[in-house]
Amino acid sequence: MSRFSIKRELTDLLIAARAAGIPLVVGSAGGAGSRTHVDWTVGIVREIAREQRLHFRLAWIYSDVPLARVHAALARDEIRDFEAGFALSAERIDDTATLVAQMGHEPIAAVLDAGADVVIAGRSCDNMAISAFAIARGADPGLAAHMGKILECGAFSAEPFGMDVMVGIVNSDHFLLEPGSPQRRASLTSVAAHTLYERENPFFQAGPGHELDLSQCTFEQVSDRRVKVAGARFKETDYWVKLDGARCAGYRSVSIAGIRCPTMFARIDQILNDVRAEAEQYFVPHPFEVSLHVYGRDGVMGRLEPKRQVSAHELGLVIDVMAADQELAHGICHHISGTLLHLSYPGQVNTSGNLAFLHSPSELDAGRAHRFSIYHLMKVASPLELFPIETEAL
Amino acid sequence: MAAPQTLQDLASIIRSKNAGPYRLTMDILLRDEDRFRHVVQTGTVTRESVARAYGVPLDHVTSLFVVPAGRAIKVTLLRPVAQGDYGESDMYGCQQHVPLMTLRIEREML
Repeated sequence: MSRFSIKRELTDLLIAARAAGIPLVVGSAGGAGSRTHVDWTVGIVREIAREQRLHFRLAWIYSDVPLARVHAALARDEIRDFEAGFALSAERIDDTATLVAQMGHEPIAAVLDAGADVVIAGRSCDNMAISAFAIARGADPGLAAHMGKILECGAFSAEPFGMDVMVGIVNSDHFLLEPGSPQRRASLTSVAAHTLYERENPFFQAGPGHELDLSQCTFEQVSDRRVKVAGARFKETDYWVKLDGARCAGYRSVSIAGIRCPTMFARIDQILNDVRAEAEQYFVPHPFEVSLHVYGRDGVMGRLEPKRQVSAHELGLVIDVMAADQELAHGICHHISGTLLHLSYPGQVNTSGNLAFLHSPSELDAGRAHRFSIYHLMKVASPLELFPIETEAL
Repeated sequence: MAAPQTLQDLASIIRSKNAGPYRLTMDILLRDEDRFRHVVQTGTVTRESVARAYGVPLDHVTSLFVVPAGRAIKVTLLRPVAQGDYGESDMYGCQQHVPLMTLRIEREML
């Protein structure tokens, strides 16, 4: 997250929103929407209000879930695997460092109903954060949710696509989309295509407390720049929320280097395997993980790369080590890069060094690394249960 | 002899992206109705052809949808490494589309 960009863009948005008297809603504030992120964003909003002499009713909504709440749900069999492919256990819950639940539109609609001008929401279902205002004003939740889905990436659903905004207008039985910038237009292709974006199933999409049926949707070009969309159906279900939990997996150090000598390309796998095995011996009894990314071969696609032969004239190597603490990760990464630098191998013509390092010192400490510990659905008593609301008059 | 016709000759967009941290979803948008029908009828994009293109077992292709409203075919794979997990190499999954570009069109479209 860039504090500079968030402050700059929130300043523009707050000034414009207050001048127009339109509420401003931010979902999944600060990245993951945890308490730290929400408080950080609220701090920036207070700072902007002071500097710009803006006055408004601010509300913020937390989305952190106490671990005890998840233990209780697990005991009641109210946890479901979503897509993680592992069952939740008491141990995994206890390993979790940060845990948020994804809110639906209800907590945001509740603070808008109570008169909030600016809402900083924790972890939110993207399209529902955008649809909350429309739903709070009485729009059909299916149309609003589908519109939110298309608006969530701004002018990505326009052509040519861009990073600016899209405008949505919800009416009783359809919604209209139009890009904010006159340089762009909404087209049938650009809008229908965006319905597919970042979701597996283009026809049915589950969200907090609902399923959205898009199988009967229709798209109509109503003017050169506008598309009319109808047909989304919202079906209420039992209320389950998605939990995102992260645990600290270790500490990382990274070293970046280039390889230009072709004598090394032919045996790169053998060399990397040998160096990895040597380091494992050297650092006994300390366990660690090392990822060796070879750019120019399969650095981007890894196991999915169909081309196995190197055709480039130079390779980029990223040595990425994870161990129990930073000092150890740094030491292992340094050992591996040093061994590779001065390794002797058959066919070598250059004996003065094998790696062109990008940096000196050659290792960059990347700090803590996290892994999902929880990516599951949990049943809740009400849409508001996990999402405490705070307000302040600025 | 001209190069064999591939999916990128008939499509306007071929893209990949995360669909949550455990899935990689690919969207293929065909240029027009005729090209869309041709690709569907020739069976160029099937769960089998996609599994072959990526060298993964068939059950790693979790779904395939034909979407006439978007003149699109959508196919989803299990991610080899979860998004952001250690060892991961494409956080947004947005550079995993290339093996689809070169899928051969079985019966060339003139």
